[in-house]
Amino acid sequence: MSDQPLPVVDYMKIPDDGDPYLEGHKCGKCDAIYLGERSICSKCGVRDQMGTTKLSTQGNLYSYAIVHRSFPGIEVPYISAVVDLDDGATLKGNLINVDPDPEKIEFGMPIEVIFADALGRKDSDGNSYLSYFFQPRS
Amino acid sequence: MTDAYVVGVDMIKFGRFPEKTVPQIGSEAILMALDDCGLTIHDMQALYCGNLGQASGMVGQRILHEIGQTGIAVVNVANACATGATAFREAWTAVKAGLYDCVLAVGVEQMGKGLLGGAGGGSGISKEGLLGSGTMPAVFAEAGMEHANKYGTTFEQFAKVSVKNHHHSTMNPKAMYQIETPLETVMNSEMISYPNTKLMCSVNVDGSAAAVICSEKKTKELGLMNRAIKVRASILTSDPWQERDLVMPDVNSCTRKAAKEAYEMAGLGAEDIDLVELHDCFATAEILHYDNLGLCEDGGAGRLIDDGDVALGGRIPVNVSGGLLSKGHPLGATGIANIYEVSTHLRGEAGGRQVEGARIGLTHVIGLGSACGIHILEKVS
Repeated sequence: MSDQPLPVVDYMKIPDDGDPYLEGHKCGKCDAIYLGERSICSKCGVRDQMGTTKLSTQGNLYSYAIVHRSFPGIEVPYISAVVDLDDGATLKGNLINVDPDPEKIEFGMPIEVIFADALGRKDSDGNSYLSYFFQPRS
Repeated sequence: MTDAYVVGVDMIKFGRFPEKTVPQIGSEAILMALDDCGLTIHDMQALYCGNLGQASGMVGQRILHEIGQTGIAVVNVANACATGATAFREAWTAVKAGLYDCVLAVGVEQMGKGLLGGAGGGSGISKEGLLGSGTMPAVFAEAGMEHANKYGTTFEQFAKVSVKNHHHSTMNPKAMYQIETPLETVMNSEMISYPNTKLMCSVNVDGSAAAVICSEKKTKELGLMNRAIKVRASILTSDPWQERDLVMPDVNSCTRKAAKEAYEMAGLGAEDIDLVELHDCFATAEILHYDNLGLCEDGGAGRLIDDGDVALGGRIPVNVSGGLLSKGHPLGATGIANIYEVSTHLRGEAGGRQVEGARIGLTHVIGLGSACGIHILEKVS
């Protein structure tokens, strides 16, 4: 078991000396951005021109759903949000610190990406995880 | 190339049949489609079988073990919720190519109840409810809210789709449900993923549908032209690259591409279509496809449902069968069940829900991941 939290997805990086961040892979030919490592761009088809890029933590709300029924053991309600980051990438995640009420949620609202424990979830080996969340930018 | 015709087509009444096997359920629709045109399994030269739940289970062959092992070619296909349409299209392709002149397509599914989808998988911890939701009601809620973001579409407009389709199903004895659901009932039923309430989610059911497809020459030889339905277009697309692909499964661009290609193949436009059966897996999804199929200008979908244009008796009736929302959605069967529905209208045999004077109809399905199948059908004589 790791004594440090593990990244919730493989595109989250947790440096030994610095803040966690999300890493995109950007096509050197057409600038398409992907989450997760890859060598071929599915937009333009070019091979072996992917470079890594540190994704922005600032963005705006593009779409959402307010989830009232999920699988057993998943706490509801919560906001499943799609956020366009300032650098052109798009992320999906939980939007927190906003009431799960359509009256309180505005399209385009400024969002920031924050990093926090993965709601106490642990894997079968007892490892804890660091996740990312969205919250309104003040 | 020859034209291809649907000469026999039928579906079973959708329901829940846990006591039956998948091949048994599929066999029923095949026998009904054969009876519809007076042919037998011995007249069939190939079988194209669509099923998702037992995709590696040789369902087509097991169907022939039930109804006649004639040794013909069997192709088993899986393509998410576009599975049935894909099987139909493979059958059509073979006839168009001149490989065969009389073939069968069947779609069949046996489903459990409950939520489909779910984020995560892989190693580590569950991502559901941590990195948003991968449940189907939430995914299609997000797709609907994208439309709301762009065009101001409202919860009430999405809900009206469900009111309409449930109303239509009261006239369809083969639908899972025949119940009216007024607007307040739809909007106040259990919220699953806003803006989709329980009554705005399609029904998981068991079902099957089948079609016999013949070349023009064979159709004439068999004397079946009087009820035959001409396949004017058959198109299958996958999802072209879109910037939000990684987090939002895209049902729009593959539909737009398929619609454009289908209208071109048929030499027709959206204004020529008399009825549409489209993929209303959720009420939010139906709204998107009014725009995607060109039934209105982009962003006009909300007005289309408000004005009743898409209801039976309106300008372009959509899902008069009751749709997936009320007829039910047995994944692999849906793409042939909607061909049955449109064919029945073109033949003037749809009873109380008949779209008067229908001559040309369009069917549309989406398989998330994504695939889009569109067929345009015409009654010739």
